[in-house]
Parts: sequence; structure tokens; C-alpha cells
Amino acid sequence: MNGTAVSTVSTVVTGLGVTAPNGLGTQDYWAATRDGRSGIGRVTRFDPSGYPARLAGEVPGFVASEHLPSRLLPQTDHMTKLALVAADWALADAGVRPDELSGYDMGVVTASSSGGFEFGQNELQALWSKGSKYVSAYQSFAWFYAVNTGQISIRNGMQGPSAALVSDHAGGLDAIAQARRQIRKGTPVTVTGAIDASICSYGWICHLASGRISTADDPDRAYLPFDARAGGYVPGEGGALFVLEEAQAARDRGARVYGEIAGYASTFDPKPGTGGEPGLRRTIELALDDAGAAPADIDVVFADAAAVPELDRIEADALAAVFGPHGIPVTAPKTMTGRLYSGAAPLDVAAALLAIRDGVIPPTVNTSPDPAYALDLVTGAPRAARLRSALVLARGYGGFNAAMVVRSA
Amino acid sequence: MEERKFTIEELKAVLRACAGEEESVDLDGQILDTEFEDLGYDSLALLEAGGRIEREYGITLGDEALNDAPTPRALLEIVNTRLLGVDAA
Repeated sequence: MNGTAVSTVSTVVTGLGVTAPNGLGTQDYWAATRDGRSGIGRVTRFDPSGYPARLAGEVPGFVASEHLPSRLLPQTDHMTKLALVAADWALADAGVRPDELSGYDMGVVTASSSGGFEFGQNELQALWSKGSKYVSAYQSFAWFYAVNTGQISIRNGMQGPSAALVSDHAGGLDAIAQARRQIRKGTPVTVTGAIDASICSYGWICHLASGRISTADDPDRAYLPFDARAGGYVPGEGGALFVLEEAQAARDRGARVYGEIAGYASTFDPKPGTGGEPGLRRTIELALDDAGAAPADIDVVFADAAAVPELDRIEADALAAVFGPHGIPVTAPKTMTGRLYSGAAPLDVAAALLAIRDGVIPPTVNTSPDPAYALDLVTGAPRAARLRSALVLARGYGGFNAAMVVRSA
Repeated sequence: MEERKFTIEELKAVLRACAGEEESVDLDGQILDTEFEDLGYDSLALLEAGGRIEREYGITLGDEALNDAPTPRALLEIVNTRLLGVDAA
């Protein structure tokens, strides 16, 4: 692409920071994901034996004190520690030095689905078991939905337009889209994406309340989207953060570009019981329009993959409506991580960008697709393919739909 | 009753435990008269430290005492005054 008129509105990804259950750091995550290696196992962050669900995707090998100054450790939840480190990695990957830029030229937009649950749980336990004097002053913000945005902003001196989006699993895409808006309005650098982590007993009962959590004990049979045996999903922790920049500015400074955030849309499902069509198909069509892409221009779909039969049906129907039955390769690498709430879709965006770079579609593991869904689901082994554009889908509890097109720049 | 005294070493232990330590600051240097802000501790860190001192030493400091103590020396004086009050009671 060499048209300057287009490049002035193009937003590109120049840095990745990944913390995932099957790999800490982009390299480990992508190596495991290409190979189909899962990070799902029995919960270790608390004793799950008394709960109906006992499997999770936990980020391995993360020792916060190896990455963060001691000043930050007592005031941050696990999810914020992961997010601060992922942001550091994304900035280093992009070759962006925040101390060399004006604070107002850098913004932070993240999503969160639950806030700092583990921190909050510990302080609430201190409150009712020992009294108010035992509650940390840091509880005032450490639990909060916006805390990852705030802590990344403070750590890196980023004073530009910033926000936090809360729309469950759809939030990660909503955040990236909001960051793209800020780039288009003239903020040169934005850190965006999402990291969620709420694998603690308090978080667990909240997840269970959705009725969508798998109660299986075999990690290979617990999370089977688009399979006739689908019985809910496995929760996970982690996600991905990105550095976004305007395309021409990124090229001018010689940055390595992973790809373009080419299109996005979000919709809300009709009220249950009113008989309206779910919003997902329209979300996909609007995101393609926003990218200036036809269905034939999309090379692969990273599915939301709820593994709840009705939701799998809705997603398969939407894909068939837009792309035709078996009309496009579909994958769900989140079968190796569990669903990471707001972190899930950003992790899929990272996977999509790396898939485009390497010309390979990572597989969906464990699932034997039900033929009734009419999907070309990439299962078992990675599939080599020439990829230029990928569509990432995400749905949040309560009717949130989001779709994003990423494209090689 | 044996007189209890809150020392700079104890204060440093409390600060490290509940608010960590700024990398560019040497807490083991001459810090008695260095303002907390210059040691890398904001008001929330001091609130957290004050809460810990109150619990561990059985005294009440209150927010105003923390606001009135810009340096470790000032905070030590306030805490030790309170400790005398506790011992006298």
C-alpha cells in the first residue's frame, strides 16, 4: 500500500505483549499455540475441590517480583501485575521508549470484565474476619475495573486519552477499537488490549453464576466448542496488550508492523424472548464494511467459541450466512487457554497477527466438530495458508457482540 | 512496664512490607530528615504504613498525625509519643 491518503487513517500494531495459560511471553505462547499445546489444568490458585468446576487456564511461571519494582507489588492484583508486565513487553517489542515521548502523546485503553477480584477477596476477608483496620488502603483502587489502565498510565507516564471498557468477553475488541479512535484523533501512541485474571474462590462463584462453565475434570474433554459434546467453557487468565500507532508514523520511525486494525463493529443482541436475530451476523458485516472488505477478502476466522450449544449454533449460523457453509477456515486456539474474559479476544488478535506473519492457522484442539454446524474448523494440526486478513469474534455475557478485522499492512 | 520505642529500623521494615521500596532510593542511607515524598512514598503508602503501625503497636495515629509527619523523624516522634501514652495508661 503506498497511497498516502489511506495511510493517514490507518492504525497499525507495532508491539505485542502476551501472558497466556499456554505460554508466558509472545514467543512461548505462539510456539505452544502453533503446536496445539494446551495450558488447561486443575486450578492451583485456590483449592477447587469443593466447587462444581475445577479446571482453568492459569498463566505458568509468572513471578511478579522478577518483573516489577517492589513499590508496585503490595498495591496490585494479579491481573494488574500481568498487565503491567505485558505492557512493558509490548512497548519494548515496539521499540517505544515512553520516557522519550511527551506524556500527552501516549494513551492507554484496556478492557476488564471483573477488576481485581483476588485482591478484593483478600481485603473483604480481612474486613469480616479481623476488622476494618486490617483492610489495605490500596483496596481503594486495586479492585477497580480501570486499574490496569491507570497503573499502566502511571508507570509509563502516559497522560493522553485513556479509558477502560467493560463488556465481558467483547471488551477486549471494544478497547482496541477505542484506542484506534484515539490514534485517528491524533494521539501518536496507544497501549491497548486486555488482561483479566480472576481465578480465586470469589471470582470462581461469579463465573459459575453464568451457567456456562464446564464441570468436566478431563482437560482434553472440558472445552469443546462446535462439538456435539460441548458442555460449557473453561475459564482462563491472561490476555494480550498492544502498542498501536498511526501507520505512516510507524513507518517513518522504521517500526516493525504486525498488521493493521482494519475494521471493527459492535452490536447488542435483541432482548431475549423478542424473537429478533442475534446481533453477531450484523456485527461481522459491519466490521467487514468498516474494513472495506468483502467476505472473500477474509482468510480465516478466530471464533468466539462459547462451547454452549445454543451460542455455538448462533455463531455457526452467522458465519454460514456471511461466508457460506464451510466457506472459510475457522479456528479457536482458545481451546488451549480457556476463555480469558476481556483478555480472550486480544489474545486472538495477537494470534491472528502472528498467523498472518507466519502463514499458518493455529489449530482448535480436542474438538470433533459437529457436521451440522457446517464449519471448516481447523482441528488437530496447524494449517499452512497464505493469510492477509483475519476476522476475530467476541461475545460477552448479556448480549455484547464485537468483531474486528486485522490485515497485513 | 518496659519502655517501648519505635525505631527507624522498625519504620523501614513496615514501609518495605506494606508499600515496597523505590529502586532509586537507599532506605538504609541517612533518611531521618528526608521527606517521605522524596523517599518515593505517596499519601496512600503512608496511610497503609500508618495502619500497619496502629495494628502492630496498639496505638491510634489518625490521618492528621500522618499529614503532620513529612519525614521519618517526625513520624517516629509521633509514634513514640503515642506509645508513651499507651504505656502510661
